Amino acid sequence: MAAFDPASALLGGALIGLAAVLLMMLSGRIAGVSGVLGGLLTAPASDRSWRIAFIAGLIAVPLIAALFGRPLAKPVMPGWLVIVAGGLLVGFGTRYGSGCTSGHGVCGISLLSLRSIVATCVFMATAAITVAVVRHGIGG
Amino acid sequence: MPILVAFGCGLIFGAGLLISGMTDTQKVLGFLDVLGSWDPSLAFVMAGALAVTGAGYALARRGAKPMLAARHLWPDKRDIDRPLLVGAALFGIGWGLVGLCPGPALENLATGSAQVIVFVGAVLVGMLAHQLWTTSAAAPPAGEAADG
Repeated sequence: MAAFDPASALLGGALIGLAAVLLMMLSGRIAGVSGVLGGLLTAPASDRSWRIAFIAGLIAVPLIAALFGRPLAKPVMPGWLVIVAGGLLVGFGTRYGSGCTSGHGVCGISLLSLRSIVATCVFMATAAITVAVVRHGIGG
Repeated sequence: MPILVAFGCGLIFGAGLLISGMTDTQKVLGFLDVLGSWDPSLAFVMAGALAVTGAGYALARRGAKPMLAARHLWPDKRDIDRPLLVGAALFGIGWGLVGLCPGPALENLATGSAQVIVFVGAVLVGMLAHQLWTTSAAAPPAGEAADG
C-alpha cells in the first residue's frame, strides 16, 4: 500500500468530480456507479449501451496504465465466504438505498441533498464499525 | 456520441480512482479503520471530488439542457425513509468487509483477480435479488428510483 499522499488524493478526487460534471453537462446523467451498473439489470435496452461504455472506461484505465509499465496489482482480498457476503451486501444495499460512494457520497452531497448526506453518514458508520469488529474484535 | 462521452467519463473517473489509490482495498480499509493507523486519503478524495462536482453541478443547473440529452436527470427523491437507511447500512457492512465499493470493484476486474470477479458477480446477484424482491412484492417499498 502506498503511503498517504494528499496531493494525489486531491487530484484523483478532482478527476472523479470532473467525470461526474462532464457526464451531467453532456448526457444529463448522474455518475453513480451502482446506479450505472444496476441500470443494466432494470433499464430498457436502449438505455444500456452508455452504461456498458462507462464501465468499459473504468476497466480500460488499468489496462492503459499497464501499457505504460504501471500495471495495477491485484487487490488484497479476504476469504471467499467474506467476498461473497460482502458482494451481496454491496449489491443489495446500494440498490435498496439508491446509491453508493459515488452516487450519494459525491453526486448527492454536491447537490446538498440531505438524503445523500444521511446515506453517506450511515454507510461510512457501518463500514467503520465493520472494520473495527473485523480488525480489532470490538464487540465481536 | 453519448456512448463515446460515457466511455470518456469512465476513463476519467477510473483515472481518478487509480491516481488517488482508491482501487487499493488496504487504503480504503485504512481510512475506515479509525482505531488503527488511520489513512485520511479517502477524505481528501471526497474533498477534491466535492469541490469540482459542487461547482460544476451549480453551472449545469443554470444551463438549459445537456448537449446530448433532452434534460438533466437530477435525482428528485427527498425522503429519508427506511429503504435509504437500511440500504446504506447494508452497503456499508459489505464495503467494510472487503474494502471495495462498486467503482473500484469494476476497475479491479482489469487485474484478472478471481476474487474480484467473484465479488462483482455477488454484487450483481445482490442487485438482481433486490430487483426480484421489489417487483414480486404486492406493494413495492418506496425508494427504488436510483439517485445514483
